[in-house]
Amino acid sequence: MRHLLSAGDLDLDEACLILDTAAQLASVSDRSVKKLPTLRGRTVVNLFFEDSTRTRISFEIAAKRLSADVINFAARGSSVSKGESLKDTALTLEAMGADAVVIRHGSSGAPHRLATAGWIQGSVVNAGDGTHEHPTQALLDAFTLRHHLRDGTGDLAGLQVAIVGDILHSRVARSNVLLLRTLGAEVTVVAPPTLLPFGVADWPCVVSYNLDEVLPNVDAVMMLRVQTERMQAAYFPSENEYSRRYGLDVRRMGLLPPHAIVLHPGPMIRGMEISADVADSPRAVMAEQVANGVSIRMAVLYLLLGGMTDDDRKEL
Amino acid sequence: MTLSTVIRGVRPYNEEPVDVVVKGGVIAEVVKAGSGAGRVVDASGLIALPGFVDLHTHLREPGREDAETIETGSQAAALGGFTAVFAMANTSPVADTAGVVEQVWHLGQQTGLVDVFPVGAVTVGLEGAHLAELGAMATSVAQVRMFSDDGKCVHDAAIMRRALEYVKAFDGVIAQHAQEPRLTVDAQMNEGLLSGQLGLAGWPSVAEESIVARDVLLAEHVDSRLHVCHVSTAGSVDIIRWAKSKGIKVTAEVTPHHLLLTEDLVASYDPVYKVNPPLRTGADIAALRAALADGTIDALATDHAPHPHEDKDCEWAAAAFGMLGLQTAFSIAVLTMIESGLLDWRALADRMSVRPARIGHAIGHGQGLVVGAPANICLVDPDAFWVAEPSSFASKSRNSPYAGMTLPGRVVHVYKAGKATVVDGGLAC
Repeated sequence: MRHLLSAGDLDLDEACLILDTAAQLASVSDRSVKKLPTLRGRTVVNLFFEDSTRTRISFEIAAKRLSADVINFAARGSSVSKGESLKDTALTLEAMGADAVVIRHGSSGAPHRLATAGWIQGSVVNAGDGTHEHPTQALLDAFTLRHHLRDGTGDLAGLQVAIVGDILHSRVARSNVLLLRTLGAEVTVVAPPTLLPFGVADWPCVVSYNLDEVLPNVDAVMMLRVQTERMQAAYFPSENEYSRRYGLDVRRMGLLPPHAIVLHPGPMIRGMEISADVADSPRAVMAEQVANGVSIRMAVLYLLLGGMTDDDRKEL
Repeated sequence: MTLSTVIRGVRPYNEEPVDVVVKGGVIAEVVKAGSGAGRVVDASGLIALPGFVDLHTHLREPGREDAETIETGSQAAALGGFTAVFAMANTSPVADTAGVVEQVWHLGQQTGLVDVFPVGAVTVGLEGAHLAELGAMATSVAQVRMFSDDGKCVHDAAIMRRALEYVKAFDGVIAQHAQEPRLTVDAQMNEGLLSGQLGLAGWPSVAEESIVARDVLLAEHVDSRLHVCHVSTAGSVDIIRWAKSKGIKVTAEVTPHHLLLTEDLVASYDPVYKVNPPLRTGADIAALRAALADGTIDALATDHAPHPHEDKDCEWAAAAFGMLGLQTAFSIAVLTMIESGLLDWRALADRMSVRPARIGHAIGHGQGLVVGAPANICLVDPDAFWVAEPSSFASKSRNSPYAGMTLPGRVVHVYKAGKATVVDGGLAC
């Protein structure tokens, strides 16, 4: 594995290797000295064309726990707004000797371009591109599901997962559908028809417009943020109507089987797709998702930049 | 006394070898092979076709001379076997006045490699709000007959109706870029399974077809001439076929890339495949080829759209729409239409020369290889193969989707009004 661009690029063995590695690395975070020497002398650049403090910090902590040198490069605007082009930014990073570039970009495919256009030699990690993918989010979600609903090992065969919300514009949904499928889970996407991509019927998942019907049959429900500006573009009539039909409130949470958990990639809009009572309930695992995000990103950087040495195994 | 040139042993439309004798800029005689008198050009093994006429090019001048000029665009056209091109109006300033179209016309004549027929804008500044002075452009030196806001759709139905009506006064034609704007906000590629997977905003077929359907009905209602630019979907073909069966005065063109390339190429996120209308599906390609074969689509037109490297060497969304086409159009036509047996050479000449010249009123072009016609002749080697290498193209830009491909059919010699513009695959001068 040289780059991580799409969750769909991972086969079952690779996906499990990342999850297993993350499980091992998670123990580092529980120690008083939260650091491994593995990536000492390697440089990881966080190249963020979009503001995302949460994801950026998660990658930064992950890289630092592996002793990598971390550079945060907050690029202002893409070349769409006539700033410095992606290419020139990439050439700059290459000249400075970046071993890995973690890129967040508003344009779908930008990480793919960075990895394949011949501008840089290092590994590219997709930290979210446009409405395309966000593979490390899917990996941390899978890690969280595996921890709660399996014994923390193996795949997710037979698990029923609902993904609810703005599937059309969600990179989290795309990556999750692909990865969960690879891990053997069965996914149902739930949204009003306007917020489902054209051709979704051919995706490897079930499609539903009715949240109440889906909830009793799932082991986990993943709520996605719905941006209110979608309302202006007529994707749905009003926030209230959306919330009534697709929001997760206490009544709907009661439809879930007792063991089922609630996930959300954040940031949440309380009162829109998720009520405050649900967000604060013991079933909601958002804080764990964040913690697992660090372990997953450690695992990804670890595997892309070196893999595990015998010394690392000893230390773990 | 003008000297005669004898194109010896050439096969018009791949038929029996003859000598074509050119004198005084016209085809003086077509005689038995070996019997013509004059300066001999050995053309044995070559096919003679009438010089190609391209209804749809972007020569970028005035305004974007970094991408292309009328001179470099004319060179690319000549090397591609063309003797006439129509230059779209979306320049800067826009070709929406007699002054701009006359400038384009004069620069084309100055270069002299092909006749450059300027297309006039339908609306002022391509803004879709007010009709440009179509009459002034029609009566200018450039004698504009084709009008288009290409790059943008004349989306306002009332403006479109008025434009169709107005140009009847001088037998003009409105060439529509059929793209419903509200259905294609930020659109990046064909809407389908793949656009959903790639997270690129979709450009649905219906955004083209709804405009084509509206426009053929408007053309019928006001009994005027409509030309549909770069038809890209099977649904548009059905509508145009229906309209023609009703006697509606509609013509249509298809680009070489829409006859060959599918949306699957977009999965690379390489912006060289970003074009408007977008690359579609294999089913669309099959329908477009069949339509060009049966004449539902009248013309092959390149939509030659040069862009400087920096506008393609970037992420997908930031990249410009468009592909080079002039120097590869003939070979793509051979690959898609001749090799498949869908068109014979005479029919290919009809779609690349005769009909486009008629649609755009390209004076002096598209009359075929008949005695008395202006000697606009393209000699091609049907058996040759060549490798497309954009850095060696005459165009100032390099955004060809065919880079590195081995293509069939080579343009060898081209004559415009009897004067050699291309000799042995290179520019004559």
